[in-house]
This record gives sequence, structure tokens and C-alpha cells, in this order.
Amino acid sequence: MTWEMVIGLEVHCELASATKLFCGCRNAFGDEPNTNICPICLGLPGSLPVLNAQAVELAMRIGTALHCEIRPSSFARKNYFYPDQAKDYQISQYDEPLNAGGWLELPDGFRVGVTRAHMEEDTGKLTHVGEGGRINSAHHALVDYNRSGVPLVEIVSEPDMRSSAQARDYAAELRGILMATGASDGRMEEGSMRVDANVSLRPAGTTAFGTRCEIKNLNSLRSLGRAIEYEAARQMALLESGERVDQETRHWDEAAGRTEPMRSKEEANDYRYFPEPDLVPLVPDAAWQERVRAAMGPMPADRRAALSALFGDTALGAQADQIRAVVDLGLDTMVEQAVGAGVPAALALARAANELAAEGDRGRALPIGSFVTLVEMEAKGELSATQAKAVLRAAVADVERDPRQLAREMGFEALGADTLATAVADVIAAHPDEWARYMSGEDKLAGYFINEVMTATANKANGKEVAAELRRLRD
Amino acid sequence: MSDGTMGAVELAAAVRSGARSARAVTEEALAAVAARDDELHCFLRVLGDEALEQADAVDAAVARGQDPGPLAGVPVGLKDNLCTRGIPTTCASRILDGWRPPYDATVVRMLRQAGAIAVGKTNMDEFAMGSSTENSAFGPTRNPHGRDRVPGGSSGGSAAAVAAGFTPIGLGSDTGGSIRQPAALCGVVGMKPTYGRVSRYGLVAFASSLDQIGPFATTVEDAALLFDVIAGHDPLDSTSLPYPSPPTFESTGAGSEGVRVGVCTDLIDGCAPDVVARVREAADALSAAGAKVEEIRIPELAYGLSAYYLIAPAEASSNLARYDGVRYGLRVDAEDAAAMNTATRTAGFGAEVKRRIMLGTYALSAGYYDAYYAQAQRVRTLVLEAFARAYASCDVLLGATAPTTAFALGEKVDDPMAMYMNDVCTIPSNLAGHPALSVPFGTGGDGLPIGVQVLAPALAEGLLFQVARVVEAAAPSPAGGAGQ
Repeated sequence: MTWEMVIGLEVHCELASATKLFCGCRNAFGDEPNTNICPICLGLPGSLPVLNAQAVELAMRIGTALHCEIRPSSFARKNYFYPDQAKDYQISQYDEPLNAGGWLELPDGFRVGVTRAHMEEDTGKLTHVGEGGRINSAHHALVDYNRSGVPLVEIVSEPDMRSSAQARDYAAELRGILMATGASDGRMEEGSMRVDANVSLRPAGTTAFGTRCEIKNLNSLRSLGRAIEYEAARQMALLESGERVDQETRHWDEAAGRTEPMRSKEEANDYRYFPEPDLVPLVPDAAWQERVRAAMGPMPADRRAALSALFGDTALGAQADQIRAVVDLGLDTMVEQAVGAGVPAALALARAANELAAEGDRGRALPIGSFVTLVEMEAKGELSATQAKAVLRAAVADVERDPRQLAREMGFEALGADTLATAVADVIAAHPDEWARYMSGEDKLAGYFINEVMTATANKANGKEVAAELRRLRD
Repeated sequence: MSDGTMGAVELAAAVRSGARSARAVTEEALAAVAARDDELHCFLRVLGDEALEQADAVDAAVARGQDPGPLAGVPVGLKDNLCTRGIPTTCASRILDGWRPPYDATVVRMLRQAGAIAVGKTNMDEFAMGSSTENSAFGPTRNPHGRDRVPGGSSGGSAAAVAAGFTPIGLGSDTGGSIRQPAALCGVVGMKPTYGRVSRYGLVAFASSLDQIGPFATTVEDAALLFDVIAGHDPLDSTSLPYPSPPTFESTGAGSEGVRVGVCTDLIDGCAPDVVARVREAADALSAAGAKVEEIRIPELAYGLSAYYLIAPAEASSNLARYDGVRYGLRVDAEDAAAMNTATRTAGFGAEVKRRIMLGTYALSAGYYDAYYAQAQRVRTLVLEAFARAYASCDVLLGATAPTTAFALGEKVDDPMAMYMNDVCTIPSNLAGHPALSVPFGTGGDGLPIGVQVLAPALAEGLLFQVARVVEAAAPSPAGGAGQ
């Protein structure tokens, strides 16, 4: 039998608000444990939550970018005991989410439905101490409440995806959108974006859903893809041997490369949701929604289209990948400005997608002006490709420095046209036999001359310009 | 009871003018508590040094020519579910053993800014669950009018402290009648404001959608003075009304001429005959003072009690989940975190609190939510609509506060349903979020105080005080001598 994968994703996104969802504590990752806490996010008796308007706006941006309807909404309490849960309930939107009924378009044009994108608070973080740090053998646990009350938006997709590649595309595109809206930094490794996957199988050509499993602990796009493939194979093996799939939550073990059932205790919860009496309904009016919409920049799909337009109809497959990478990393403005300054689009795109992208966060921090100057120098032949890449690395390492000055200090100052012509003439004069052969049609000797000129000028000459000079003298 | 004859208005005036020092007033209050509270047990903790320090600050302000505020030098008792910075706040429960809040409740801060002197944290039913103060983990409070009688509850300590003359005013919290019922049983004025009028920030939650902090006093005027100090918007409480509370104090004497008073038979039927008689007499007094009095039926109010005993425990089961031994208060160690939670909560909570946590957990459970919690919310809407219809033809309503005078200690402690019935007349106002007040009006055949309840629509606290003051003026005779 042929089986079809059915995949839906639940993505938790930590909002990049300055403060927490219900109090004024700093919302920051990696600070000293229990330094960003107060009576409210510790859930001390008598404390009350007050909703953070900035977090609401970021959540509305996400909803707007995902084409959701922004609706009158409310908060509820999700009740369960756990030491990282300061109040032993989590304040979350339940039956009345802020954003509902949208969609996300993948780069290939496929639309994945978005059921809802609702707001909730994060929990604290437990660290098990002693006996190897495993939960079952730990001597005690430490709780860091810095994360308690950090605003989250949970984005729930429809079960519209049919392959692990599609799921990865969705997560990648969503990550790009979250970053483009300014709602999140999108760092999966720091838990800013956490993905759970619901996976089930059904006979190809049928419409009823099979029994699904929810997979947790997917910390990268790669884990997401691997876990889905593993889980689909596991379920297929069960189904083909006539067994049934149990609906359960499974944990992805990255090192072992497999999913494992989580403790059943975590399954048996009755969360006893009820309306949060300490908060009033959240009803963003049309004017507020419009202000939020107006403040948003273009989304990744629009930005990819804008970059593609720079190539007219000539964008190749490889360039499409480069365009996607550049937009994902937020480097598209650099490329656009360079092209605006007269740099060939392919050159600007290649430097951004390859060399700059390889620098990660540091690459993003390069001033746009420095990038434009650098690719301009390369386009004008003042720097060779090799030299341009070296200067780019240096400029990224020290964003304060001017690329022109860096190039000079690195000895890459291009030879003036006169100096170059003199250097070429000198080399020709020193090798009359070879020159005669070149003149009589042995084109491959151009390489010989270029090499000689480079040696004579300590690599300051531009190879292309030397070749042009040789052709000029020959013709 | 040296200052028992002096109300908050007079005391504050004397302190502000320099005629009396706040220190002397405070010392007298502390001395009275020291002399007589062993017997009554109004206080769980007396704030001797803190109170005197605060009194000195008030006196220093007066000496500098500054206005120390409308409650300058007035001793006040704080129910022990109001957070006080650095001072244990127990909710009369063992589960909060050793916990000292790192912050003051908004009302505590406002009282201090108004010059009031907090002389102690008062006894209560554990987590405000009860109607007799017998559910305190630290022993009951006794009624100053009869030592074998309960003071009512849950704010029994604050009510008894005012009745005993320890403090002219006090703060309580009212979730289903916890200010008004003890006020009635102790013969003092007790008022529950409109939901959202007074900030709940720093009030340890019992049932968040019903809880309101309110004043106790010996007179309506003093209650209005205290109410004006604590009312108003607080950005720390999202359910706090987003506009200022208009002052009520100046107009409490405006009378009841032309006010339409509905004597609500549903808030009288079933009460003891002497209670019914006093309510009728109060209605006559209002009529004599120019009010238009007529009887009104609001049969929907009868469903209030049942709805309340689903909604309040449901919210409580969630609000009290945080007492898990992890972060503060009592911890009873055990094998793992879950066992530690269970051991801590088993040892830390009393029987009534456990009963309500179980009730509330059940009411919210999957499969039962619609039949219980959701249905109770529909009844709540029904009560609100019934009040709205009544207020189309009346300005205020009149009824009993409690069905009987103060009952004997131990009498109802083993019969939860009989205890719950004490709140039948007070609960509707909590469900509706409306203000209501109990004003003393004579005594029963047993010589114990009886309170008459005045109810008003949302935001009508001013009218409430106005009408209550007319009732107060017509009261047969003050239930005096309580402190002796």
C-alpha cells in the first residue's frame, strides 16, 4: 500500500518585546538566573497580571502577516501543577484566540492553512542537578523564573503538509515571517522558536485522518525533517504489520535519531480551562489594527519578488536559492542598495548570499554603506574577486572601518590605469618571444602574461584589466 | 475603650489640628488590644513598633505644617489577606507559614498615604472561606457582644476589632458577604464596593471575579471616609475601573427624600422573625424620611447561593494551586516534587479550604464544566439581569444582611450547608458586582446586633451611604457596651 503523510505544525514563538507579558520585568535570554523576576511573574499571593500592549501588537503583526482575522479575544487559565509554573496555571488564550483563520504561502506557491495564532505566557526553566542531570536520577532541581511570563505566540497550522520537506519549508518560511515582523529573533537553538509536529499516515487517495502522534523537542529545521521521516517510517511499519498507532506525545532524541513516547503522566492532564478573571477581554479596534498593519515592513515573499525583479526574467535556479537565503537573513536591503548604486545584481547577490551569509549574525551587522562600497570596488575592477572577499571578511570583523581603507592597508590598492599599462609593457618587453606567439594567435599565452604581471605588481593588478590591456595591444 | 467614643472623622480632625498626637492615639489602641484581645482574638499579629513609627511620621508631618491625610492617626485593622511588606501575611492558613510579602497591597499603601495607622493583621476564616472566623488555623475570634458567639466571617477579626473599640475602622474583603455579614453580627457598618472600585492588587485571591476590599466602621460617615481613601483606579489591577471614584464623604448626609426604596422580600423571607421586624422598621424609617418605599420581588436571587458555590470554589481551586511548597510558605518534604506538593497541601490547608478546592476542581473538570461552571455563569447573568429590572423601578434595595443574629461558637462548624446559608442574602451583590452595605439597626430578642442591608446598582456608592445614614439615624438604640 502507498501511504500519505499528513503533517500539521504547532510553533511556539517567543515575542521580542522589551518586557514580559504581564509585568515590567525584562524579557531577555541568557541573564543570570532569577534576576528578571517580580511578585507578578513569580505568582506571589496577591499579585495580578496586566497585559503588555507591545506584546499584543507583535502578536497582531504575526496574525496580519499570516492573513488571519484579528478578533475580539480573551484569556483563560490552563491549570496544571509543575514546579516551573509559578502560579500552577498558565495564562493562555483558549476558545477566543487573537488571530484565527489565516494561511502561509510557501516559496513554491503552496498555501498551508493557519488555524490560529494565540497569545500565552512561557513557564520558568527547570535544571535537574546531581546524578548526571537526568530527570529520574536527579537529586534536586533548580528553577529559573527569568523565562516565567515571557510572551509567546502559538501558531497552529492546519494538517495541510504532505512531506517532511514541506514541513521544513513551512517552518523556514514562518521563521522568516516572524523575523520580518520584528515579532521574534527566530532563534531555534535558544528556544525563541519551538516546533512541535503532528504526524499521521493514511492510505494514499483517502481523506480520513489516521491516528496522529505529536513530536516534541525539535530544535532545528534539520531535526524537524529527520523526526518526521523517522516517525512516518515507524508508523508505516506498524500499519503494514497490521498494528495500530497509539495517539501519544513523543520526544525526539536527536542523538539516537528516533522518537520515544513521553511519560504517560503528562498525557493524563485535565487542564480545567476557565476564563481568566484577573484580565479583561482583549478587543483590538479597527484603528489599532490599522496602526499595526501600517507599521509593518514587507514580508519575505514580497522581498523575494522585489529581488527577483532586479534580474528581469533572467534569474536562474541557483539565483532563486540565493535570493531566498538573502531574504531569510535579512540581507536583501544591502543587495538592493548596491544594485541601485550601479553594481550588477548577480555580483551583489552572490557576495551577500555566499560570503556575507557565511558570517551569520556578524554579516547582518555590516553597515549597508560598507557593503555597497565593497561590491562597487569589485564591480569597477578596483578589487579582484579574491581581494573583495578578503576585504569583506575584514570589514565584517571590524564594522567601524571603511572598506577602502581596509583594502589599502591590505595592499589591495588597485593600480592606476597608467601604472598597469606600464607594468604590462615592461613584461612584454622582457618576453619578446612569447609576445610574438601571442600576437600570432596563441591566445592561451594571455594567462602567462597575466601571471607575470601579477608577480611583477605583487598581486595588485586586476587580472581582468590585464587581459583587457593585452587584447587592446594585440588588436 | 478610651477612643471608642471617637470616630475616625473626629480622631483624624484632632490629630490634623494637633489637638491629639497620633502616637498617643496609637498607644491607646495598642494598650486596649494588649489588655483585651487575648480573650477576643481579633488580631493574628499586632504591629506595635511599625504602628508607632508610622504614628511618629504623622505627628512629624503635623509639626512641619503638612497635611498627613484624611485618616491622620486613625488606627486601622487589616484583614490578614492584605499583603504588608515584610510583615507576615497568613490568610489564617498554615500553608503561608513564614511568608513575608515583598510588597504592600495597593490599599495598604493608600491607607498609609492617608495617614492611617495599621495596628495589626486581623483574624479571618482561612483564605476567607467561611462565615464565622472559626476556620482560622489559629483559633476563632469571639464576638465582643457575646463571648460565646461567633463574630461572623470571613472578616471576623476586623469587624470584632471595630466592635470592641480597638480600632475605629478596619479593612475586610467580601467575596460572598465576608464584610457585611460579620458587620451585621458585630453591630458595625460594613460595606462591599462595586467590583473594580477598589484595587485587588495585594489582596490574596479567593475568588477573583467576586473579591472586593471594603471598609468597616462604627458609623456610615466613617465608612464613607475610608471608602474614599481606598477607592479609585489602580494600573496594577486590570479589573480596576478605569476612572476616578467620585467622593462620597461630603454627601452622606443628603437624606433619602424621594429615593425609591425597594424592600426585597426575597432578601427577607426565611430570616429570623426579629431580623424581619428590624428590616421592616428600617423601611418605615426611610418612608418617614421621605423615601418612596415599596415591596419588590426578585425571585432569581434565590439561585445565587448555588451559583456562588460553584463559581467561587472553581476560581479558588485555581487561585490556591500556587501553594505547592516550591517557592514560599510551608514545605513538607517528600520523595519527589509531586509527593512534596501533596504532603504540603495536606498539612497546610484546613478542611473547609480542601472541601472547596475539591468542589471547584470537580466543577471545572472535563465533562462537568458545562453542567456546573458554565451553568453557574448563566445563573450569574440571570441574577444581573434581574437586578437590572429591579433597578428600573427602584434606586436602592433593602433586605436583611444575615438570616439570624450571631450564632454560638461551634454551632454550625460541622454543618457546611447551614454555614453556607448565612450568605444567602449577601451573595447576589457579589455575583452582580454591585455595592451593598450592612448598617446596624437594633437587636434581636437575644440582645445581639442586627444589620440591615442596603443594596445599590453599580457605581452608586454615594447613594448607598446616603440611604444607610438615614437608617443609621433611625436605629432604635446602638448596640453599646460591646467593648466592656
